[in-house]
Amino acid sequence: MPLISLTQKDLLGIEDLTPEEIKLILDTAEMLKEISRREIKKVPTLRGKTIVTFFFESSTRTRTSFDIAAKRLSADTFSLTGSSSSLTKGETLLDTARNLEAMNPDLIIIRHPASGAPHFVAERIKPGVINAGDGMHEHPTQALLDMLTVRDRFGRLDGLKLAIVGDLFHSRVARSNIMGFSKMGAKVMVAGPPSLVPPFIQHLGAEVAPTMEEAISGADVIMMLRVQNERLQGAFFPSVREYAVFYGLDRKKLALAKENALVMHPGPINRGVEISPDVADGPQSVIMDQVTNGVAVRMAVLLLLIGGRAGEKAN
Amino acid sequence: MKRLIEHGRVIDPASSMDDFLDILIEDGRIAAMAAPGAFETLKLDAQVSTISAQGCIVCPGLVDMHVHLREPGEEYKETIATGTKAAAAGGFTAVACMANTRPVNDNQSVTEYILEKARREAVAAVYPVAAMTVGQKGTQLTEMGELSRLGVKAVSDDGHPVEDALIMRRAMEYAGRFGLTVISHCETTSLSKTGTMHEGWVSTKLGLEGIPAAAEEIMIAREASLAELTGVPIHIAHVSTAGSVEIIRRAKEKGIPITAETAPHYFSLTHRAVMGYNTLAKMNPPLRTSADVAAIKQGLHDNVIDAIATDHAPHSILEKDLEFNAAANGIIGLETALSLTLTLVQTGVLDLSQALAKLTCHPADILKIPAGRLVVGGSADITIFQPDQPVVVDIQKFASKSRNSPFDGWKLQGKVIMTVFRGQTTYSA
Repeated sequence: MPLISLTQKDLLGIEDLTPEEIKLILDTAEMLKEISRREIKKVPTLRGKTIVTFFFESSTRTRTSFDIAAKRLSADTFSLTGSSSSLTKGETLLDTARNLEAMNPDLIIIRHPASGAPHFVAERIKPGVINAGDGMHEHPTQALLDMLTVRDRFGRLDGLKLAIVGDLFHSRVARSNIMGFSKMGAKVMVAGPPSLVPPFIQHLGAEVAPTMEEAISGADVIMMLRVQNERLQGAFFPSVREYAVFYGLDRKKLALAKENALVMHPGPINRGVEISPDVADGPQSVIMDQVTNGVAVRMAVLLLLIGGRAGEKAN
Repeated sequence: MKRLIEHGRVIDPASSMDDFLDILIEDGRIAAMAAPGAFETLKLDAQVSTISAQGCIVCPGLVDMHVHLREPGEEYKETIATGTKAAAAGGFTAVACMANTRPVNDNQSVTEYILEKARREAVAAVYPVAAMTVGQKGTQLTEMGELSRLGVKAVSDDGHPVEDALIMRRAMEYAGRFGLTVISHCETTSLSKTGTMHEGWVSTKLGLEGIPAAAEEIMIAREASLAELTGVPIHIAHVSTAGSVEIIRRAKEKGIPITAETAPHYFSLTHRAVMGYNTLAKMNPPLRTSADVAAIKQGLHDNVIDAIATDHAPHSILEKDLEFNAAANGIIGLETALSLTLTLVQTGVLDLSQALAKLTCHPADILKIPAGRLVVGGSADITIFQPDQPVVVDIQKFASKSRNSPFDGWKLQGKVIMTVFRGQTTYSA
């Protein structure tokens, strides 16, 4: 019997989701996409619900995406950032969360630089918590929108070959995608400078390729990760120039993948570093679809967590 | 005032004694030990109180060579009074407290303060371990000579390992002159850096930065080389990895003066305990893999690891009820150490005498303190415990001021019945 709702109060990671739950979220997102194409992009489904976005790390895309998703469902949204919250005044994360809880929100969306911070909060407060990215751990809605984007193009996820290339060590996007795609039956290969490949990453469901070329050969999907070059250059790899030679995606390397392979990137892009401009803007790039799908996936998640029983209430 | 402990099985690992004996205590000292019933006539004397140790083990008061009592400076976590109460509840009669107090115990005033507080309030012998360098900063040696005159037996920068090998060499040479035991917390901090748990599949899964086993092993290898170079003995604190056991084993085989301790959590838990971002499983060195746990047990069995010490590290919820990265390292251990050590006996890793040696005479000998053995004429520091009695760990009942133990609710066997320190009962179940 197909699932019709999520039973948990929180969405903390792909790790906690079953393949059926992932499918439910993607199917619901698919159905909700239509709302964003209407003249009046709003349905009353979450009217009277209060959603707080609590971002303790800079973000444009994810926060805006959650905000738009919530507003299209008529929820009231409030946003707190690290600097505007009391955290700068020495209040602990827990105290801030409890104070938010006391104002009776229905859902708190948290981004935090410490891995596990949303889990820590979720365990201690009643409202649901969505992890919008925690440290180097997980970014579940990003993986869900990536899966939706790929499923849109191929009609399926199982049997596909996904290559993830770049800074795997610091990447929560990589961790969530490795777990998500492998749960849905895709084969995931990863490659990156050895200093940026975390030990035992195969435990998450990925196979480590010795070179980028090997990872992307015959791939259906290539996901490039952002290089935070300011922080990493010198200590993890010699130079951005050399990085681009060995781990940058250009047209020549792209030719190793399947002819219709998709090129993805969670953004923001360092053009000319991990991805060449012509590839980023080329016909195989679905980078902008990812952003569009982000809204649909987040609407689905909000709806399934606090929208009452079933997805069909959307209209 | 005389006291008689009768009908117990007396185990004194130092003298290989394991026999049914009665122990007579007089004026805080062990007056005599003799076959059961030998003191029968004395019992008629109203001045003699008897303690029945029927069905129990009677052993030297336990010695914990690595605790943090937090006084002075962090009395909200633990004090000398509460810390030694916790020690007594765990069967300990002597503890060596590390120097990372506020201010750091790097001078005579702080040492005198601790000793004076202990004289007035402690229910166990307190041996302050002084810092090896001023402020535990790794640059300037402390006044070890003067400190040793006050009674300091050991020096260590514990959680702030001396990165500079030359300073470490000089500190060892200088400490050796005064017969001070040098204790090293081995961690190459340039390698462990921002790590918060063992580097392995759990750290990768949780997205936490790892501390590789090599961070510990590199410095143990260095300390072994320096002990060989200087001829001054080195004691390695809280060994946690299989590689460390191997390095210490080889050094011992070579005749290098090196000793080592581990803590009960390193043979009771693995890095899996961190799953769910459990800050009660956050400590430094971190919990390692099951292969490391197996090697630690083997090292204990082979006497590569001489002692078991708790690294009792009290923290309040202010330091522990936080996101994992921000939480403090360390757990309390005094009140669970004996039961956890007895699991090694129950599973055949150690025999009872060997296990008790690691909690009594071995640490006492490493610190060169008069403790850890039952000697006629010596201080009556005695622990009585029931080795098979089931216990459920209940942190709410701890005598310690802190509650940061990952063992809450654990079902173990072995219960402390009574702790006697200088002839006086300091704990009674």
